[in-house]
Amino acid sequence: MKDNIEEFLIEKGLLITALSSIIIILLIIIFIFSEGLPSMESYGFLKFIFGTTWDPSSGDYGVLPMIVGSLGITGLALLFAVPLSLLCAIFMAEIAPKTMRKILKPVIETLAGIPSVVYGFFGLIVLVPIMRVQFGGTGFSMLTASIILTVMILPTIISVSEDALRSIPQEYKEASLAVGATHWQTIKNVIFPAAIPGIITAIILGMGRAIGETLAVIMVAGNVAQFPNSIFDPVRALTSNIAIEMGYATGIHYSALFGTAIVLFIIIMILLVIANYFHYKKKITIGGGYL
Amino acid sequence: MDSKYVLLIIAVIIIISAYLVFNPGNQYERLQIAGSTSVQPVIEKLAEKYQETHPNVRINVQGGGSGLGIRTVEQGIVNMGMSSKALNPDEKDGLNEYVIGRDGIIIAVNNENSISNLTSEQIRNLFSGEVTNWNQIGGSDEEVHVVVRESGSGTLQSFQDIIMGSTKIRKDAIVQSSTESVKQAVKQDPGAIGFISLVNMDNSVKAITVNGITPSEQSVANGSYLLQRPFELLIKGEPTGISKDFLDYVMSPEGQAIIQNQKVVPANQLKQ
Repeated sequence: MKDNIEEFLIEKGLLITALSSIIIILLIIIFIFSEGLPSMESYGFLKFIFGTTWDPSSGDYGVLPMIVGSLGITGLALLFAVPLSLLCAIFMAEIAPKTMRKILKPVIETLAGIPSVVYGFFGLIVLVPIMRVQFGGTGFSMLTASIILTVMILPTIISVSEDALRSIPQEYKEASLAVGATHWQTIKNVIFPAAIPGIITAIILGMGRAIGETLAVIMVAGNVAQFPNSIFDPVRALTSNIAIEMGYATGIHYSALFGTAIVLFIIIMILLVIANYFHYKKKITIGGGYL
Repeated sequence: MDSKYVLLIIAVIIIISAYLVFNPGNQYERLQIAGSTSVQPVIEKLAEKYQETHPNVRINVQGGGSGLGIRTVEQGIVNMGMSSKALNPDEKDGLNEYVIGRDGIIIAVNNENSISNLTSEQIRNLFSGEVTNWNQIGGSDEEVHVVVRESGSGTLQSFQDIIMGSTKIRKDAIVQSSTESVKQAVKQDPGAIGFISLVNMDNSVKAITVNGITPSEQSVANGSYLLQRPFELLIKGEPTGISKDFLDYVMSPEGQAIIQNQKVVPANQLKQ
């Protein structure tokens, strides 16, 4: 009897916690949309999304330059981080000797623990002057921001994809080696393809961190709400736009910042859907289950 | 010891300390202040000194920007707002402004820059993008990089009103979200120009004399330095009780001396 009550309570408790996270998300969505939609309605939805000027002092609220900025920074960062971190993950999961892995793992995890303001300040003091001397301009640029972001998302992608590579059953590897494949052929043709769903999850998590990162980007990206002509031009990300102006905004400007949040929300949703599609498409089914 | 008991003891300690933190008896009177990050350090200092002589008062000072200060005091969320600019007519709305002092805005360039004086027109041309190289106004051959604050900042607003007028700041100006990061950006770039508060000035950047007048507390006080703005406390309606008492303290000779120590020109020294 006692066991039954305990079972019942735990079951309901878990249900309540699970439901509350859904409810919290729903409340946040409702709040953002109810705060942000008025500006979109009064300014015009298409004009808001595709407008090219953001100038609150003269009543212009076009977020397209920021969409381009956010996607540009994130895309560049992924371009740098994905090959680097996948090679690192393969090295740690398959090649590195145990002692080396014991050192590497905590070092990489430390990278994840450094607060973003520290990365931002490092970028401002060290990276921006280097970029200015090397490439001209002010040093505040899309490239500077994506380099900082690359370092910030490396640990996420490395540790999640390393776990994915490690969770491949030992038999796969043994079977491949048994038919005469070399270690590298086994990694390339068996282990890596089998781990792809996990690796995609790792990249999604990294992308999420990159697109949501605010403070470090504010400090090094230059925050100019304009289309960049090259990767050496300053850009403003959607998140930076909200964080920079929220303290001062009133009225329609305030609402337009929530509108920016809606746009950010929609972009993340689209990216998640795309990523999930590939995640399921690549899943290898074996018997009744999948990897 | 059994781990269950350890957990229990930790839980009890946490609950008791949380209780002490959040409910330190009800004998305290509270004063909530929020707003401009430029005014914040001055008010924090004043609050600290005030609480030394008034142990039954707790003053909570929070940043967030002039706009936030104006909005929250209007909505009655805080007792007092801080603003680093005079209010526009549409922002007034039942708010009383109390000027506690004046702060200068410094036009800052890199220490390597050979230029040391600019007229307000030259500053306007630099910030509007009409002048794109320092050699156009007698400096070395170096591209001009303009660094400004974000839209809505009290410092930017004052700069726009005093120098730019209806002229727009160039669209590709780098935006930094605090006075400190503007200073960092100017400090490391030989071509950069930006504006920072006099309170934050040190020798890591060079202060430009404007129309021949050196920015200093004296030139702000006698009104000869052009770029200056008020530091204000905002109260909805007439000040009463603890708000009035704190405001009186800020305006008292003792309070004004503290303001002066923070490199802000106190209200009682301003030329009326």
